[in-house]
Formats: sequence, C-alpha cells, structure tokens
Amino acid sequence: MAKDELMNYEKALEQFEVVIGLEVHVELNTNTKMFCGCRNEFGNEPNTNVCPICIGLPGSLPAVNKKAVESSIKIGLQLGCEIAPNGRFARKNYFYPDLAKNFQTSQFDEPIAFEGALDVEVPSGKVFTIQIERAHMEEDAGKLTHVGGSTGRIQGAEYSLVDYNRAGVPLVEIVTKPVYGAGAEAPELAAAYVRLIREIVKSMNVSDARMERGNVRCDANVSLRPHGQEKLGTRTETKNVNSLRSIERAVRYEIQRQAALLAKGVAITQETRHWHEDKGATSSGRPKSDADDYRYFPEPDLVPVQPSKAWIEEIRATLPENPADRRKRVQAEWGFADLEFRDVVNAGLLDQIEETVKAGAKPQAARKWWTGELARIANTQDQDVTDLEISGAYVAELAGLVEAGKINDRLAREVLTFVLAGEGSPAQVVAARGLEVVSDDGALIAAIEAALAKQPDVLDAIREGRMQAAGAVIGAVMQAMKGSADAGRVRELLIEMANK
Amino acid sequence: MSDLIRKSASEQAELLRTGQVSSVELTQAHLDRTAAVDGDVHSYLHVGPEAALAAAADIDRRRAAGEQLHQLAGLPIAVKDNLTTTDAPTTSGSKILEGWVPPYDATVVAKLRAAGMPILGKTNLDEFAMGSSTEFSAYGPSKNPWDLGRIPGGSGGGSSSVVASFQAPLAIGSDTGGSIRYPAFVTGTVGAKPTYGAVSRYGLIALASSLDQVGPVSRNVLDSALLQDVIAGHDPHDSTSLPESLGSMAEAAKKLDVKGMRIGVIKQLNGEGFAAGVSARFNESLQLLQQAGAEIVEVDCPSFEYAIAAYYLILPAEASSNLAKFDSVRFGLRVTPEGTPTIERVMAATREAGFGPEVKRRIILGTYALSSGYYDAYYGSAQKVRTLIQRDFDAAFAKADVLVSPTAPSVAFKFGEKLDDPLAMYLNDIATIPANLAGIPGIAVPNGLAEENMPSGIQFLAPAREDARLYQVGATLEKLHEDVWGKRMIDFAPELQEAR
Amino acid sequence: MSEITPDLVRHLANLARIDVNENEVALFADQLNLIVDSVAAIKDAVAGDVPATSHPIAMANVFREDVIEPSLTQEQALSGAADSADGRFRVHAILDEE
Ligand SMILES: [Mg+2]
Ligand SMILES: [Zn+2]
Repeated sequence: MAKDELMNYEKALEQFEVVIGLEVHVELNTNTKMFCGCRNEFGNEPNTNVCPICIGLPGSLPAVNKKAVESSIKIGLQLGCEIAPNGRFARKNYFYPDLAKNFQTSQFDEPIAFEGALDVEVPSGKVFTIQIERAHMEEDAGKLTHVGGSTGRIQGAEYSLVDYNRAGVPLVEIVTKPVYGAGAEAPELAAAYVRLIREIVKSMNVSDARMERGNVRCDANVSLRPHGQEKLGTRTETKNVNSLRSIERAVRYEIQRQAALLAKGVAITQETRHWHEDKGATSSGRPKSDADDYRYFPEPDLVPVQPSKAWIEEIRATLPENPADRRKRVQAEWGFADLEFRDVVNAGLLDQIEETVKAGAKPQAARKWWTGELARIANTQDQDVTDLEISGAYVAELAGLVEAGKINDRLAREVLTFVLAGEGSPAQVVAARGLEVVSDDGALIAAIEAALAKQPDVLDAIREGRMQAAGAVIGAVMQAMKGSADAGRVRELLIEMANK
Repeated sequence: MSDLIRKSASEQAELLRTGQVSSVELTQAHLDRTAAVDGDVHSYLHVGPEAALAAAADIDRRRAAGEQLHQLAGLPIAVKDNLTTTDAPTTSGSKILEGWVPPYDATVVAKLRAAGMPILGKTNLDEFAMGSSTEFSAYGPSKNPWDLGRIPGGSGGGSSSVVASFQAPLAIGSDTGGSIRYPAFVTGTVGAKPTYGAVSRYGLIALASSLDQVGPVSRNVLDSALLQDVIAGHDPHDSTSLPESLGSMAEAAKKLDVKGMRIGVIKQLNGEGFAAGVSARFNESLQLLQQAGAEIVEVDCPSFEYAIAAYYLILPAEASSNLAKFDSVRFGLRVTPEGTPTIERVMAATREAGFGPEVKRRIILGTYALSSGYYDAYYGSAQKVRTLIQRDFDAAFAKADVLVSPTAPSVAFKFGEKLDDPLAMYLNDIATIPANLAGIPGIAVPNGLAEENMPSGIQFLAPAREDARLYQVGATLEKLHEDVWGKRMIDFAPELQEAR
Repeated sequence: MSEITPDLVRHLANLARIDVNENEVALFADQLNLIVDSVAAIKDAVAGDVPATSHPIAMANVFREDVIEPSLTQEQALSGAADSADGRFRVHAILDEE
C-alpha cells in the first residue's frame, strides 16, 4: 500500500468544500432471515443456519419475512420518511462467492421508505439537518475467510472459505442525499449521524446495533470541490468503516488525501476504498467499471409490498419517542447542565445512563461513571464506550457500593476491571475478591502506629495545625493495606490520636 | 407389451383401488416396459426402480391394512428432471448439475409422495428447459415414439415420450413457453399448463420465474385433470402461489358438454403459417364442437404479433439471473483451469464447460436485454408488450369462454432440422407463448393425424383461474374424436420394437 | 443491424462469467444479431403510454411469519459442494480488492 500524500486539514478546508454522503446498513434482529426460516443469529457453527433458499440451491424460492418489513417501515417512519404505497424487490446481479445466488435481492427504484430528514447535533453544538434519500430492504451476504497469505486479507490468500450463516439476514440500507456545508465538522457529523441511527434502531429494538458485530455498517462517500464551484467533485466510497471513531477518521483522511491530489492537479478516481484501522488510512479498491452493471430488474419470485395506510398507522402508533424529544425530556429529568448533557450525547450514552438511573443510580453518579472511568477504559481498548460489556444495572450497583462506603473510588475502579472481565456483578466481585474497604479501627490503628513509628513528627505537625502532614501517613497506611483502607476513617483516627 | 400399461391412468387407479392389481405389479410392469423400449426412446435421464418399488410396496401394505388412501395411490409416475428429488439426481438436462442429489424435495414431488405415487424416474429435457426438441439436453435427445427419427417436442420431450411409449401412465412437466403443450402436440398426448400460481414452483429449477408453471402430462384429458388435482394448491414456499383453490379439475373433465359454450378462434393463430394438415384437423374439430352445441366466434389479438419477441427478451433476461447461481461453489460441476486460478476464472471456466450452446446464447442475450442503456428498449418494452397481450386476452374473453388454436404450426420435425437456426426453433412456440406471458391456463389435446401421418393437436385457453373450463372442453372434444375414430388417438401410434 | 459486435459479446460474456472462445464470439454475435433484429420491432409496439407487467397474476403483500423453521445440517449443506473445509465451502483465491 503506497503511502498517500495528505494536505494539512485546515488548509484543505480553506481550498475545498466538502460534500459527504452516507450509506448505513442496519442488520435487523428478527428471529429469522429475510427470505427463509433460518435462524438469524450471530456466532453459530458455520453453515448451520442455512437452507436451500439462503444457499441458493436450484429450485428454491424466497418468501418475505413480515417482521422484517414491519421493522423497515418503523425505521422509515422514525427517519421521517414517506412509506411507499407500492414497493417492489429487485435483483442486483453480480458474481461474488459470498452471494449465494450471485444476485442480491434488494430494492431498486421502489424502496419501502423515501424522502426523510434527521437533525444531527455535532460536538460543537451545531445542528445539521441530514436529508434521507431512501431506506430500502435487502439481504446480507455470507462471510468469507481468506486462508493462507498474510493476515487474512484477500491479497495473497491461497483460498477462501465461505460461511452462509449471515447470508439472507435482513438489512435496511439507509442512504442520505449529499450533505453540504458541514465544512471542518464533516467527519464529526458523519460519526454523529451514524450514532444517531444506532440510537434510533436500538430504541425501537429493530436491531442489536452492535458495530463490532457488523450490525451497523457504514460506507462513507466523500468528494471535494473548489469553493464556489457548482459541479460536484468525483467521489470515493470508503467501505469497512465499522466503528464511530473510524468513520470520523476515514472521512478526515479522505478529505486530506483528495485535497492533496486535487491541489496537484491530479483527478480523483471514482472508486471503492478500504479503511484500515491499524494504519489509519484508506487504500484503493476496485475502480468503478463496466462490470458494475448490476442489471437490476423486478424480482419475479416476489410480489409487490403494498402496505396499507391502516397498517402504517398501526406501526406508527408503536414508535417510541423520537430521539430529539427524548433528549429534551431526559436532560430535564436528570438536571444535567448543557455541557454535561452534550458530552453524554456525543458519547452516545443516553441509553446507558437511562438504564443506570432506572436501576437506582443518581443521574450525576451514572454520568460520572460512564463519561469518566468507562470512557477511559474503552479508549485504552480502542473501543466505543457503548460497546463495553457492562449493563446499566451493574454500573448502578457499583455506584451504590461507593455511596454506601463499602468501597472507595480506587477500589471501585479495580472492581470495574473484574466486572468487565466477566467475573460477575460488582457485589459479587467485591465478595469474591475481598475488596471491601477496611474500616475496622483495630486494623487501621495498628497500621497507623506502624507508619508513625517511621514518621514520629507527624502527630506534632497535626497538633500545630499542619494537616497536610497527615497525607504521608494516610499514604503509607493505604500502601500497607493495598488500597483497601477507608482513607476518611484513617484521617479521623489520626486526628483523634494527635488530640489525645 | 402388457395390456395393463396401455390402460389410462384412471383405469389403472381403479384396478389398484379394487385390488385387481397391486402397486408393485403395476410399477414393475412399467419398469419392464422401460427396460424394453427406453434404450431407443430415451425418455429417462434416471430410472429409480428400488425407490419406486419400495414406495409401491408401502402403498400395497397400507391398502392391505385398510388405510384410507388417495384415489391415485399406488399409481406410478415420471417426473421431469428439473424438479428436485432427494432420492434421485436432478440435472435439469445439464452437465453442470451432473450427479447432483438435492437435499430437498420440490413441493410437487412432496405432494406426489404424500398421495402415494411411486416415482419411476426423472425424464429428459432440453438443458434447463431451453428448447423445443430435447436436442439441447446434455445427455442426448429423447425420441418421438411415433417415429424415432423425429423429435418428441421440448423442452419436456422426456415426459411426453414417456407417456406416449407407455413407460408411465402419467408424468410431470413444466411449461415456460409451451414445454408441456408442444411435446403433447407432437406425440399425440395431453398436457396442461395451469394458471400461473396454481401449482407450486418450489423445487422447480427456474428457467424464467414469471413464465414457468408445472403441469400434468398424460394420454387423456381426465388423467391430466386427476394429476392437476394432486399437484395444485397453495404453497407458502412460493410467494406467487395462488391462495385460493381452483376446484376439482377431474369433476370438470367428467362434464362432457359444450352446449352454449362460446369458443373463440384466435385470428392471429389460424391459417397463415400453419401446415395444411394441421389446419385441416383444426377446422374439423371446430365443426365437431359446433355440432355438439358450442358457439364458434372469432377473436382478434393484434399484439400477439409481438409475443415471440417479448418472450425471447423476458425469458433470457430472467434466465440469465436464475442461472447465475451455477458457479461451482455450493453444488454442481467445478472446472479448474490451468495455472493458479482465481475463483473468477474457475467460475467462468465452469460455466463455459457446464453450459451448452443454447444456454450460453440465451444467458448472453438476457444479459444484454438487462444491461444499462438497453433495458428500456428491450426488457422494459417486453414487459409492456406483456400488458398489451393481457389486454388482448381480456377483450377476447369478453367474447368467448375459452379460446382455441392449433397447439403448434407443424408436426414433429426430424432431428437436426432446426438445430442451427434458433429463430426457426423459436417459431414452434408461437401459439403457446401468449398464455405464459399472460399467466393464463392452456391445455393441449390430440387432434388427429396431419402431415406424414404424424400427430397434431389443438390448444384451448381460458381466463386465469378458470382451468376447469379447459378440462371440460378438452374432455368433450376427446370424446367426440373417439366417437368418430372408434379408438383413442394414442392407439394410432405404431408399436415400438421391444428389446426383449 | 450489427448492434451486437464481437466486443459486446465478450463484454456480456464477462458480465455473465462465461469463458467464450473466438469461434463462439463470432457465432454468438451473428446469432444474437439475428435475434435482436427480429425482436427490435417491439420498441414500436409500446410507443404509447403502456404500463409494464412484471408478474402475470397481480398479487401483493405475501408474507411469511417470523418463525424459525428447520435448517439443513452442515453436512447436508456442504453435500453438493466441489470442495469444503472446516464446515465451510472452499473456493479458489479471490482476485479483487485491497
Ligand atoms: Mg445495498
Ligand atoms: Zn435459509
């Protein structure tokens, strides 16, 4: 992979206007696949959730999953879309070994939902309205594993293995219209948009929305044009951007890469590009070519989907509060300051905090844990905080233990690492590992006396009112007791001893 | 040849019901006939004596135990080799599927098994049902029992010849543009294409999904009616399957009455382009029907002029997509070219080696008809012609209860005559294609000997879902013929030389 | 006439993933030209405002309930494959992206 030349970001934005477009694929969490009764489940033995239909055996025919249609309508409505009174499936024809029939059953000119809009807030607090062009139903492909060569990549692989368990899993593909005017905030806007889509589909329980499992996947289109030029620039489509962080980074990278080329007078190639998380760079994929003639035509094996007004209204009545209303409501309920609340939203932590508060935590404690320690841990693991394996109930339990004085902050952080490692609930970890704070005066006094033996002047200093001298003893006691001492109690005992 | 196998299916079923013959005896008699004549006729691609006799023995046991059985239980049947069977290979007449044993039964096959009908074997066809003569079968042609130097029609030449040569009392066929009716025409047998959706397509290896329909093949009208009653009915695995029952075809076939029935002669399918003998027999039959009390009217279907053109765009377009799944990955042939081949090269080499010339020709034509820049002119226009043809039928059925024409322009041609001239071959379907484009039912009934003492036939068409009318008028004409001839049409056929 | 050039045949065969030799290219070009010429009149037939018919029998909203049905076993699923390994279908290397 040749190293790309990048233009300084600020300079790129001075010279060019950024236009982005986003295609988000959402895997629905139906029980069964889009067109057959096979289990829609992640992580099973390969090729065990398959049947003649989803491995495309000769003679098999598809049958549409009603729940998947319903979920698609829900998504369309929540994106403010119109629902098509007459939608059809179409075949998108291309050969690829993960595509069992060598065509994808999708929707072409008659998507189930179209013409929506979504208000998306970026970290600066600015709100952009993103126009949704369409949301359509389609099926996922199987999973390819490349064997031999290096690192499981296509290049250099000796052969590939195909597992069709994922083939036919229902997808909704949400396509935006070109987004103008985000300027320097285009990368943040792209990530905030995907975060909001996740929030929406999760709140309706139509998708598990776990990016690390590929439940939500984003293709980011980026093009640049000189300020004032009307004609859109040539765009690239970056695939494989499967975390919120990488969406932001990939868009930023493409802006800088394209700007460097355009400044040198080099034309942008219309192509697919791949995002490499490790290198923090995109690389060239397949250029658009004649081979991209997908020969769409109406799927003859399926009849049109014509949702009645009554059905649409019935579905609309089940929709949860829309995300904007919900934000207003919870901010008031929790009493967060605007800045505090914006951090929570930007981190995509509304659901987590709501769950934590529901489980009994005080809102501020919930906020502190999620945007503080948990966010820090996620960051060191290069993960999104929302993908951590911990429930709101556990966080509430942890906060409760601290408040009751059973553990201190330092111990709580330690407990947290064991909870994340799957050792059970915070209370279970505390019990199993004996991590409770020691407030038994006997043990504390013994430790204090041992520390005083090495620093005999401390009691005098306290008596003279130089309280900071207590710190050295408290630190020594903590060290001796491996952090499990109740620091507040140590301080009290010291003062008592000094005043005796 | 035993007299038993010369009897009609309904007569054989009666012997089974009354215990005069066992299913094992009847099945064995047909297997013996196959051993004696199929070396010459080549109706079968696969004969399954063990499975057939086991099924027969099972029925005999159940009958002896006093179990209530289907009225056709124990009656053996042959199945076209484009329907999947778990106990026999399914090739669709193609090298690319040689030896493939599907892991599932077609719905029609499951219904035959449920009715207790032993499956004798799988019958020959043009590769993927593309053809009118079986000359495009990868396994060699079937012969016409009336003259072994002539074609038995296609694509279902195996099914027509198997009943015409008394190897089976009944057979299953499939009709995309006449593949049941044209073979019936040239072999002096009966074949019906039910209303689109009346019989499930699940497990039928698709040629053109919006045209394909499974139907019965037999030596008389009542037998086809009985068989349609077995295989018809709603199937949730086929989304285009009709939800409602069309009633009993056998009951209709027993109403030997056409008094007051308005029979519409299609102006465009009469006279010009039809052989003199075929036309003469056709006109004689119109007279017979008129004498029996039918009213003969003429109807005008001007858009039929474009039917062949529309058909030869829609069929290859859908076929090019349906046949994409034959790619060497999940089933069927794999051809690995020299060197270090990639999957792309393996797929292309496999499809080159596995498909015959007619299949390749049609796939390439269909790819063209769907490709960008040509879609509107070809596939799009063809779909519009389909609307015009439906309108013609609507107008015609306002004037007539059923429509009528010769089934095809001329009697069976000799092998090789049209092999290098696709256009001449396509013209055989001129009278049968409109029904497939419109989804309406049609039946082909023997209509006396024409040129060179070869059979000719007559076709009746009815509005969608009115299949019963076809069986009524067909059975009536058959009775009128037998009264005139003093014997059945099939009894004019020369005796085949038996090998032992 | 001659709408179908040899180059177009090669392109279409490539889209359809079928190797074709030069004899076939020439033969298919000739035959497809004849067929295409014979169907060309179709464009005139629908000059007016005619809706397209994609399905012969008009139906809509045919759905399946979201209920799990039995799948094939892994062995059944792989039974027809030319090659498999580790419970998966094995194919030659993919020459494509990256
Ligand atoms: Mg898509
Ligand atoms: Zn499946």
